[in-house]
Amino acid sequence: MTRQLLTGNVAAAWGVRLAEVDYVPAFPITPQTEIIETIAGWIDKGEMDCRMVTMDSEHSMITAAGAAVATGVRSYAATSSQGLLYGMEMLYTVAGWRTPFVLTNVSRGLSAPITLESDHNDVMAARDSGFLQIHCATCQEVVDATLMAYRLAEDKRVRVPVIVNLDGFYLSFTREPVDIPDPAKAREFLPPFDPGSLKFRAGRPLSEAVAVLGGTPYSYFRYELHLAAMGALAVYDEVAEDFARLFGRRYDAVESYRAEDADYVFVMLGSFSTKARDAVDGLREAGVAAGLVRPRLFRPFPVEALRRALAGRKGVAVIDQNLSMGKGGVLHGELLSALYGVADAPPVVAGFIGGLGGRDIGPGEFREMISVLEQAVADGETPPPRLLFSAEELRHVRKLQASAHVEREEIHRQERGDTERDET
Amino acid sequence: MSEPVIKGMKDIPSEHILGAGTALCAGCGALQALHEIYDVLGENTVFVNSAGCMTLMSVYPFTPFRGGWLYTAMASAPAGAQGVRDALDILLAKKRIAPEEDMQVAVLSGDGATYGMGLAAASCAIDRDLDFLYICYDNEGYGNTGNQTSAGTPHASRTATDTGAEGVPGYKKDLFGLWVANRPAYAATVIGAEPLDLARKVEKAKSIKGPKLILALSPCPVGWDYDPMETLEIGRLAVKTGIWPLKEFVDGKVVHTKTPHPRTPVEEYLKLQGRYAHLFSPKRNDALIDEIQSRVDAYWDAVGD
Repeated sequence: MTRQLLTGNVAAAWGVRLAEVDYVPAFPITPQTEIIETIAGWIDKGEMDCRMVTMDSEHSMITAAGAAVATGVRSYAATSSQGLLYGMEMLYTVAGWRTPFVLTNVSRGLSAPITLESDHNDVMAARDSGFLQIHCATCQEVVDATLMAYRLAEDKRVRVPVIVNLDGFYLSFTREPVDIPDPAKAREFLPPFDPGSLKFRAGRPLSEAVAVLGGTPYSYFRYELHLAAMGALAVYDEVAEDFARLFGRRYDAVESYRAEDADYVFVMLGSFSTKARDAVDGLREAGVAAGLVRPRLFRPFPVEALRRALAGRKGVAVIDQNLSMGKGGVLHGELLSALYGVADAPPVVAGFIGGLGGRDIGPGEFREMISVLEQAVADGETPPPRLLFSAEELRHVRKLQASAHVEREEIHRQERGDTERDET
Repeated sequence: MSEPVIKGMKDIPSEHILGAGTALCAGCGALQALHEIYDVLGENTVFVNSAGCMTLMSVYPFTPFRGGWLYTAMASAPAGAQGVRDALDILLAKKRIAPEEDMQVAVLSGDGATYGMGLAAASCAIDRDLDFLYICYDNEGYGNTGNQTSAGTPHASRTATDTGAEGVPGYKKDLFGLWVANRPAYAATVIGAEPLDLARKVEKAKSIKGPKLILALSPCPVGWDYDPMETLEIGRLAVKTGIWPLKEFVDGKVVHTKTPHPRTPVEEYLKLQGRYAHLFSPKRNDALIDEIQSRVDAYWDAVGD
């Protein structure tokens, strides 16, 4: 095992290399591009026996990845944001094909307005696609989750593709010390690709991805995909157990941090949870029994593990780095559906939106969220979803708007031919 | 390129390998062409399909294909072909399959996907020098949804979305020309009504490595509004009038494989089809008929027939 400083992107590439992936159809997009460049470099230096082809779009890329799996090779793809949405039709399609492969999504906010920085609206849009989702909080998790994702995807009981999600910039471009798994052990952990019944071969008639007529066969195959995804919960636990045995790192479907005896718990996905972790330590020092619960698995949704982790807590603050317009945070709604009607469920589960487009969530805001929870518990009333935004930020936006107005008025003045000069 | 076997009608395969009983319409010109193409390509072909009429050929649990079939989506069949071809090449290189298990890869797309949504994916497959055969069954409209105007729909014809007195205002895209401009390994226009010309071209395409196009004009009784028994006649007239030039691009040159001489007036082709009925009744529209004729004449003048 070697320990190196790696960005999240290079960690993802290491996961692909250790999985001995055969085929990478690629398409560049910030902040993902470093992944495919890293893999391309290894291929060109002969360090990785893999074929890469640069496609014309993410739609084509995901099609090619699925089609290659359908022909019998281990495939990989990576994208971000607009790219994930551009390929969305094919996400649903290749999941329906039951072609297991891993797609890294380096999370980035969606247009409009266009931005490069991170949030989770992109990956949430893939929630119902049939892809499973593993969300990473550290660069170490990225390399490990990539290997685990292949094992999970290719398991005979699952056979469904998996998205491994890491946050743009916060993980993609941040170097952290990473233990790179030993290749021999990785091989022991992840057996060679088994195409199963998926393979086009001469003399072997096979029609894949054919149409169905009527709701009955359609429902049957959609239910099958759902049941496979549900079954992936138990398989994930096995995979995580096996990974811990071989590599000494344990990745439960739901991570709990100081939550066992907590009154108030933050629930969130991804790398921003490390901010919550620091906040929990600070709050504990200040005498507040705070904790953190972080689902690593988002699809399948680890309902039982979340119920256990949150049972008996007084209040929960769900922090969503996404926003479903007209509703609120997606994880908030998902968690509520898991907790409703369950004995011992926390009486207050409040929703907060933060971290959109890479916006920071500061320690003061974590403290404020605890205050909101305390008040809600005292009042017995859960507040509506709250959008984190400070007075200082509003002042900043007002300044930008003022500049825009000045510029616009200047242009209007010129258009009118009214070239008033400053006489003073 | 290997020595051609198909020299005359008697050399065309007599065994038909595409299964019967699919859900396609009576008199389908695309199915006619596909039968002829598949017989020459042979069983060891993976068809990568995009959304269109042909998608209904494989409906669970039935398939008429003796080799492979993969339905993708409307825009990305060439990308699917890339994935299948690359995977087979990887398996061959890593010796995980024997050379005799290899298959040829063909895209099967209608004009809706080919001339429009799927054009970027096809164009870029040519850039990547993908070894595949692109088969376009061109029925000159979004046929499967009821013949709405596509970029392959001819000028002045009536469609479900151009119902006015002058029909479609635009002009059929020169897809063959677009391919040729990208210097593919091979490109040809064909039609099911000319089986020998078609078979020779498919045989040639099969023997060449790289990106290849077979563009098949496919008379459509439903969309073009004519009696299904007329498919063959309309196909022949498309060639005799010069409306559908049969040609191929090989070794860097475009060659016409059949030059109609003398050309039958386009009117003979148009008047058989309901999609052009407005050119003849209630009042004859000489301006439009003449325009169609003069465009055909100008094409052949430029060819130098």
